[in-house]
Amino acid sequence: MASNYHIKSYCHIKNQTVSLNGQIVFEDDSKLFPDFIKNAYRALDTKYAKFFKMDNLSKLAFIAADVLLKNENLNPEKEENIAIVFSNKAASLDTDRLHQEAIQNKNNYFPSPAVFVYTLPNICIGEISIKYKLFSENSFFIFDSLNAEHLASYSNSLLDMKKADQVLCGWIDLDENQYEAFLYLVSKNGKIAHSKEQIITLYNT
Amino acid sequence: MTNVYVSYNNIVSALGFTSKTVVEQIHNETSGLKRIHDTAILPDPFYSALIDSEVLETEFQKLHPKSDFTRLEKMMLTSLHSVITDSKIELNERVGLIISTTKGNIDALDTNNPFPKERAYLHELGNTIRNFFDFKNDAIIVSNACVSGILAVAIAKRYILQNVYDHVFVVSGDVVSQFILSGFNSFQALSNEPCKPYDKDRVGINIGEVSATVLVTKDKENLAHEAVEVLGEGSCNDANHISGPSRTGEGLHRSIESALKQAKLDSSDIDFISAHGTATQFNDEMEAIAFNRSNLHRVPVNSLKGYFGHTLGASGLLETIIGMHSLKNNTLYASKGFNLLGVSQPLNIIKNTQPNKMLHTFIKTASGFGGCNTAVIFKKTN
Repeated sequence: MASNYHIKSYCHIKNQTVSLNGQIVFEDDSKLFPDFIKNAYRALDTKYAKFFKMDNLSKLAFIAADVLLKNENLNPEKEENIAIVFSNKAASLDTDRLHQEAIQNKNNYFPSPAVFVYTLPNICIGEISIKYKLFSENSFFIFDSLNAEHLASYSNSLLDMKKADQVLCGWIDLDENQYEAFLYLVSKNGKIAHSKEQIITLYNT
Repeated sequence: MTNVYVSYNNIVSALGFTSKTVVEQIHNETSGLKRIHDTAILPDPFYSALIDSEVLETEFQKLHPKSDFTRLEKMMLTSLHSVITDSKIELNERVGLIISTTKGNIDALDTNNPFPKERAYLHELGNTIRNFFDFKNDAIIVSNACVSGILAVAIAKRYILQNVYDHVFVVSGDVVSQFILSGFNSFQALSNEPCKPYDKDRVGINIGEVSATVLVTKDKENLAHEAVEVLGEGSCNDANHISGPSRTGEGLHRSIESALKQAKLDSSDIDFISAHGTATQFNDEMEAIAFNRSNLHRVPVNSLKGYFGHTLGASGLLETIIGMHSLKNNTLYASKGFNLLGVSQPLNIIKNTQPNKMLHTFIKTASGFGGCNTAVIFKKTN
């Protein structure tokens, strides 16, 4: 499936590595995700205190989006119309389990709004929208694995209808200590064709 | 240019198991909300509109299930079955399936739940629904907080316009669970009486449960009598706060403007608003500000939360279906629980159910956690 659009840039976070357009920008040997992502935050000079209040899924999405969008040198004075279309397998189950633990035992019952608010996968889209002032279209889809065809159709739709100028799209999955982020920016400009095949090729890079 | 319609529909709820029955109850201003005291779910009494389990079981057994299904799956399968049957559409490779839910089978995480924890994965729910009816395509699951149900209609339209599908069945649902109630209670957002959207004495939300299903199609032949055309839609983020509604109604205002622009309509062309109206202080105030910014403050508006409570991932689709019947029946339905205006900006709240011959177009709006908002404009076809 070909379109008139292109993939301008892409980012991966997996296997203790953060990379941008195939080049490693951070790696370390932390075995646990919270340690790894905190080290990435510091090394990548993120400077955003709200990061520390986020749940693990939002931290993963936020760092991936930040690495990618920082590289775009966006003009802070100009409002960008970048839609966000994310997908994953585990939804917000990582944080859902925390909330469930807090209510499972009647003798130790302590549900917290600070946890409960993250029991929705699209909260990470909200976090990125706040940081980058994106008043744009957003949607979160659940598939059992990356569904390049559907993501491509939906991004094309938003661009065709002029609902967005660019689409930040991809896969953000976190389940217990397994994590994987793959984001790419779909735009009119860029060197890589926006096709199902290219999305899969980049995903597997 | 292809036109897209919302056609056959069904509601499985505390007020009945067909859209027609449910709409009759709303016409009579009957609420499904009841006081419930069940300490297994919540330490304190609460109000909710729960689906009768015995009736659900009876209706579901008519589908001749061959294995065990969760309560949510029974609701969704029963509702979807009704719409597939009414539409007489063959489930071939041009037919899509979208599932809208916020939490799916989240109750499977509870150690006392008989189903395995894996059932809480939403793609498992998607596979269950898909396989039951032998859909040829994988289910697309939309989980975008409380706008999911109405956003799913916009997404179905967009896939049809991309020529991915000719018809899309959209099924939505969430169940009332300890997981959800304890969470909203921790926010101190639950009302201990029937909710009162936009009222000066409102104190919070009720959580309810429904499954609602529609067929979204490009086929102008074979439409249901109450079918509507989707004229425009928009979904914009507040970029402000992950749990608090915007003080300026920014995302909702932008969603409405985006939908109006696509529909090539002016705010004066809208005949009524089916709003979100959760009856929390901040949500209702935010909507009042957004509607005023979009010059919609004179347009009759209702919230249906006083009949069903907030049904989460199903609410937007449920309220779209009632809106479709409102157009067909030439009737504005009362915003139950409302007495005196309790927001800072003027709104034209529908106080009593009333006939109105001039209904052609309505806008459905919703807002949710994560700063998301969606607005979709529908027009009568008959």
